[in-house]
Amino acid sequence: MMTARESAAALAAAFGTAVLRRSESCGDTIVSVARESAHEMLQWLKETPGQDFDYLTDVTAVDYRDPGQPLEVVYQLRSLQRKVDLRIKIPLDKSGDLSVDSVWDLWKGADWLEREVFDMFGVTFTNHPDLRRILMWETYREGFPLRKDFPLRGHYSRAEQTRQALGANPEAHYSMEELSIAAAYDDLPDDMRERLATGERGEVK
Amino acid sequence: MGLKSARPGASDTKEGGLLSTVSTLSPNFVTTRLDFLANWARSNSLWPMPFGTACCAIEFMATAASRFDLSRFGMERMSFSPRQADVLICAGRLPFKLAPVIRRIWDQMPQPKWAISMGACASSGGIFDTYAMVQGIDTIIPVDVYVPGCPPRPEGLMYGIMLLQKKIKGESLTDLSLRQEFMVNPDGLFLAPEKIDELSEPFGNSVHQTRSQ
Repeated sequence: MMTARESAAALAAAFGTAVLRRSESCGDTIVSVARESAHEMLQWLKETPGQDFDYLTDVTAVDYRDPGQPLEVVYQLRSLQRKVDLRIKIPLDKSGDLSVDSVWDLWKGADWLEREVFDMFGVTFTNHPDLRRILMWETYREGFPLRKDFPLRGHYSRAEQTRQALGANPEAHYSMEELSIAAAYDDLPDDMRERLATGERGEVK
Repeated sequence: MGLKSARPGASDTKEGGLLSTVSTLSPNFVTTRLDFLANWARSNSLWPMPFGTACCAIEFMATAASRFDLSRFGMERMSFSPRQADVLICAGRLPFKLAPVIRRIWDQMPQPKWAISMGACASSGGIFDTYAMVQGIDTIIPVDVYVPGCPPRPEGLMYGIMLLQKKIKGESLTDLSLRQEFMVNPDGLFLAPEKIDELSEPFGNSVHQTRSQ
């Protein structure tokens, strides 16, 4: 049985310089990897016999207050058979392109987790099937709330926030898929079908 | 329940009805007796529309359950349909995402209607002085009674309900301003922007919170 540290070493042996740093903190093994080969590495960790990181516990991100520090996208992996956890981090330059490849094709559970990271940090996940805001409403335009440069009370005045909130259509936050009426689409009245097809969700930023 | 359907004024808001006839009269023996009867019926058969979003809703449920038994106050029936409700009880914090929802529910409730803001978060935003939280539901809908507490105990909520009953007993059918609808204005707000900013000002410990920028 391979420990998390040995898994990290095996990853470094297989991918060489694409593994930027390996460390251990509070009993957790952390591997920083380059953005370009991150998807390939995660696939390797999932599918290589002996690694079998078959469960994606969480996808999240960390923005540090120090402006020189990169924004990190964090994948928390677990192997259910081996009972081993491994943390993969992708450092991203905050002034540059904030996009990484989606791992939705490897773990379907990454769908909403990546949407949350997109919603809160503005990291875009390429090849994600449905990258929309998930916690904030879709017409929310103040930015990405968990970024360190985001003021606690938001950018706009309370009156403007209230105005935008009251202007939202309460039915519009839910897509056809989320309401699980896609199957009943053909039986719906014409006006409802039109509304669902064209989307009343407003401008999606 | 018979009293409920026979409430004077419930179906007489249209012009030419009983209410408009009564409202032209100065307060006299007939109107004050009618007021007494209507207010007695209204205050003792308040049907709550529970809008529970957080831990206050747990206390609200406790208030409705057997130990505190809200039905003693004529609130036997929780009205989960706004069209059959008299009093909106906002129990818990209200994020901006839910603001249009509670506004829609309030607009759907027929007159006469009242609102209770239960707990610190619903009344003022509470500890959540953040980008996501409405700083008091009175910036979204008109509120009659504020119940302080985090969360209020069932006794607190019942005291708020009794205050509302007291308020209702002081109402008059001749005062049509009580039944005035405050809709969202064309500018998209229900209060003036300056008023909302003033109501939402940080207070207490929240003024010491560090802010980026």
